[in-house]
Amino acid sequence: MKDLIRIRDLSVRFYTYEGVVHAIDDLDLDIRQGETLGIVGETGSGKSMTALAILRLVPYPGKIESGSIVFCDRDSGGEVELLKLREDRMRAIRGNKISMVFQEPGAALNPVYTIGDQISEVFLLHRRQELGRRARERVDNLLNDGNGFGAGLKRPFWHWQSRIYDKIAEEPHALEPRLLSHIPLFRRLLWRLKDEASLLTVDMLKDVEIPDAARVAAEYPHELSGGMKQRAVIAMALACSPELLIADEPTTSLDVTIQAQMLELFRRIKADKGASVLFVTHNLGVASEVCDRVAVMYAGRLCEVCTVEELFLHPLHPYTRALLDAVPMPGKELQTIPGALADALNPPPGCRFHPRCPSATPLCQQERPKLKAVAKDHMVACYLF
Amino acid sequence: MTDWKFTARQLVRNPLSLLGIIIIVIFVFIAIFAPLIAPTPESHQQRPYMIPRDGYRAQPEPPSEDHIFGTTQGQYDIFYGVIWGTRSAFRVGLVVIGIVVVIGILLGSLAGYFGGIVDEIIMRITDVFLAFPALILAMAIVAALGPSLNTVIIALTVVSWPSYARLIRGDILQVREEDYIEASRGLGASSARVILRHALPNAIYPTLIMASLDIGAVVLSAAALSFLGLGAPEGYADWGQLTSFARNWIVGPPGDPLKYWYAVTIPGLFILFFVLGWNLLGDAFRDIFDPRLARR
Repeated sequence: MKDLIRIRDLSVRFYTYEGVVHAIDDLDLDIRQGETLGIVGETGSGKSMTALAILRLVPYPGKIESGSIVFCDRDSGGEVELLKLREDRMRAIRGNKISMVFQEPGAALNPVYTIGDQISEVFLLHRRQELGRRARERVDNLLNDGNGFGAGLKRPFWHWQSRIYDKIAEEPHALEPRLLSHIPLFRRLLWRLKDEASLLTVDMLKDVEIPDAARVAAEYPHELSGGMKQRAVIAMALACSPELLIADEPTTSLDVTIQAQMLELFRRIKADKGASVLFVTHNLGVASEVCDRVAVMYAGRLCEVCTVEELFLHPLHPYTRALLDAVPMPGKELQTIPGALADALNPPPGCRFHPRCPSATPLCQQERPKLKAVAKDHMVACYLF
Repeated sequence: MTDWKFTARQLVRNPLSLLGIIIIVIFVFIAIFAPLIAPTPESHQQRPYMIPRDGYRAQPEPPSEDHIFGTTQGQYDIFYGVIWGTRSAFRVGLVVIGIVVVIGILLGSLAGYFGGIVDEIIMRITDVFLAFPALILAMAIVAALGPSLNTVIIALTVVSWPSYARLIRGDILQVREEDYIEASRGLGASSARVILRHALPNAIYPTLIMASLDIGAVVLSAAALSFLGLGAPEGYADWGQLTSFARNWIVGPPGDPLKYWYAVTIPGLFILFFVLGWNLLGDAFRDIFDPRLARR
């Protein structure tokens, strides 16, 4: 399978008052086309930051220090280096080619707009051309068989609309429509763009299995349940059929039955649209449900990358094994990993896991283990292998 | 539609906010129909805002048939002055608050959203303005530019925008950290779009409330400037001007201290009710915008 995203030597640092935090340290990771890659790890291991770095949305005072993230566009076949892209080009990718689902569906929706308005915004940002084409078709239909009351008077206006939507369909940033869409009141002349966007929105909501989609589109976020909100957020992320969907702990704040529905939804979406999914989670059970491959992170570094079967059947890295032992099971005493997560300000030298590792050697304290392939689709960063 | 119903009910349910609305509506009517309530005399048609005078005697005259509120120092008609002065009050209040809110939103949201060096520069400039006592700075500006109603507007704008910039910045700082702001950036929205469409609508309500409360306060400051002789030109219909004329007549001659009560009380009452009306209305807005109140 071909790669969709190639991350090489990615380092993200936070320059805080107390010192420099190495949130991500020389990370190499590939996301393949059409796969679901899970990133698992404890809180603060850098898994969310990896997701944000791909979108170049690392929050201040964080900075992407070095490395490269190459995005291989499946549609056009071209390769772009995301970290060197101009900001406006990057904006055209966000929400369009790569989009993100946030952890807390309630917080990711703006409380002052309806669900429909917020999803429409994505279409208006990225699909202006298509909206213009659809609007023009509609106006042309009116011109061809609109004989109702006042049609004679409206005809010149329809002609004008047809022309302007045609312009938008050809070149979304042409001068005339752009001027129009920035002047209040005149902006309303382009209302058909919004109408088309809300039609697409309702389709999108149906796609994520929201019953009574038209009604939900007119509702405000606080009127929906958590599961519905998460579906709406997913619909927003999927609006432009992205090639990569980043899901940052999308099920953490939902109750278990809804979680199962969401996982089912993710699986279906992947099958339908053929998109890749980057699934960030700290829940190994969830990861086992949806992921094809799993990357285990600890303190900003990768420990192990392997298929999900390998992870559960033959975990290699001591941290992975400890993590699997720490999954609660009935009739078994809960195992914990001794020690605390590595201090991000003063990380231990060598392998960052060595202070907590049962099989640490003197070498582990001095030199950082490299990620190496031990089997097909199985890489581990540990001196034991 | 239900939102409008809710707003209307909130406004009417609270007797104080209802009183505020009634007061402001009355003032709006006075301002609109000033030419009908106090017709401009023929000789004055060119300058309707100048109060017609009936002689040049210094002593105020008590209310009579010709002058139902009496005349003030220099025989200016108080009735004409307070009626047309309502227009001046609205002009000062609304124009100053309008400009100030726009400047505040612009600078405050830039500072709050971008943070860092932009924030630092804008906020240090507001600090400089806030370091001066507001009324003294306003006096200095009016004195420097020459007294007129427009100078008063400029002066009051200069002294009041910093607190608005601060307020909006604070609210934007808070909203900026919300997930939906990051989500909209993640969907490819530009900074301008994020600020205008996502951050401001969630951050603007405290500012609107403060603005409606401040309209009264601005009129009060303008009256204070006029009272100190730094306002509209002499004879211009303006409440502060009328109180300024009455400065020497607040206390009457020995034995009859209330002889000239009308000269200061009537314009004073207009100022009082105007400010009171806006304050009550501001409280009502606060209740309406409070999202914690049930909208059912």
